[in-house]
Amino acid sequence: MYEGAIQDLIDELSRLPGIGPKSAQRLAFHVLAADTTDIKRLSAALTRVKEEVRFCVLCFNVAEEEKCRICRDPRRRDDALCVVEEPKDVVAIERTGEFRGRYHVLGGAINPLEGVGPDQLRIRELMSRLSSGETSELILATDPNTEGEATATYLALMVKPMGITVTRLASGLPVGGDLEYADEITLGRAFEGRRKL
Amino acid sequence: MRKPLYRDHALVLRVQRLGEADRIISLLTRTHGRVRAVARGVRRTTSRFGARLEPFGHIDVQCSEGSSLDTVMQVEGLSLFGRHLLEDYPRYTTASAIAETAERLTPIEKEPTLRLYLLTLGALNALAEKERPATLILDAYLLRAMSYAGWAPSLRACAVCAEAGPHRAFSVPAGGVVCPNCRPPGAAHPSTDALNLMNALLEGDWGTAQSTDVKIRGESSGLVAAHLQWHLERGLRSLPLVDRRESTT
Repeated sequence: MYEGAIQDLIDELSRLPGIGPKSAQRLAFHVLAADTTDIKRLSAALTRVKEEVRFCVLCFNVAEEEKCRICRDPRRRDDALCVVEEPKDVVAIERTGEFRGRYHVLGGAINPLEGVGPDQLRIRELMSRLSSGETSELILATDPNTEGEATATYLALMVKPMGITVTRLASGLPVGGDLEYADEITLGRAFEGRRKL
Repeated sequence: MRKPLYRDHALVLRVQRLGEADRIISLLTRTHGRVRAVARGVRRTTSRFGARLEPFGHIDVQCSEGSSLDTVMQVEGLSLFGRHLLEDYPRYTTASAIAETAERLTPIEKEPTLRLYLLTLGALNALAEKERPATLILDAYLLRAMSYAGWAPSLRACAVCAEAGPHRAFSVPAGGVVCPNCRPPGAAHPSTDALNLMNALLEGDWGTAQSTDVKIRGESSGLVAAHLQWHLERGLRSLPLVDRRESTT
């Protein structure tokens, strides 16, 4: 147990996700040993991110203006809407360069065990966007795990009666992997989603 | 020194993220009770057994013992119920409530609970097979799980003085039906059909249970939930989120 400022910093750092007491201590002593200019820059970046970054009023992606860069772009398609769990998923999909439509960030996934239901996510806002009639395809790009699949099932249940085409990202074998190492669920899905050449 | 290994059949109750790509898996095992184990690298797409460690899976698992958490070394899928449950949102939310109940009723890790393991396995299997309405499976599970924990509601005799019933009033703090002499203020007055349904679910009389209508089932579910939450002291997070619509498939 340290005293004063160094212990305060360790306590604050250990509250961050994925940082345990040992890592917090290591980071705190790194800060102590680092150049003052570097630490001032880090401190300014932390302050700026809280003061200037907000959520886009339309898609809830991170933005520095009222609307995010993607929602402001007039060249993007309005008829395709891709639903993701977190802003980092938008970045991952943008990296592919395959999708030119709009996004909607839910802010998580349905997880009853953690007390997260549909009302805790931005599903009401999504339904409101869809009711405008501009969207013809809703792409569900939630994570391929239990919570993500449950969220996709729930959204499909809610959206299909609106007459909008609902699609789900394909799942299957990773590029560069060996077939024999694939688990039965992944391989089964790859079979279900096979395509004609 | 090599840490001791053990192998067991288990149900995956809950998964929590740990660090960059790991998960903490809460397992209800056949012979080792509830176990928490770290599964390393399972969030990476290249993981060889990540998909088998999703919630509600019935697995054959090999773990190495650790000082606080064990480590998952190898997993084979026996019946991965999650795949079927995820196609049906009401059944998924029901399975979540079952998993949370199993976790809460096993507060001490590595204390064998074979009966609860078999009950949970049966409930998840019935849900995945779509054999019976999800709400009935959930209420039957909760009543029997409470019974194993020593909290079975008294449904025939008065919960206070043991006078033979039938009695009309139901008191959650008293622990079941109560006679007119023992009835505390605020006791509920459920219908006879709702009490009969609870009894049928506790005894496994599915013929009687399935012949009831939605209103009676709702009344019974309310009493079961209130009884469970009273004994658990802290409410279940998943129970209010159970989608009680009829299954979609």
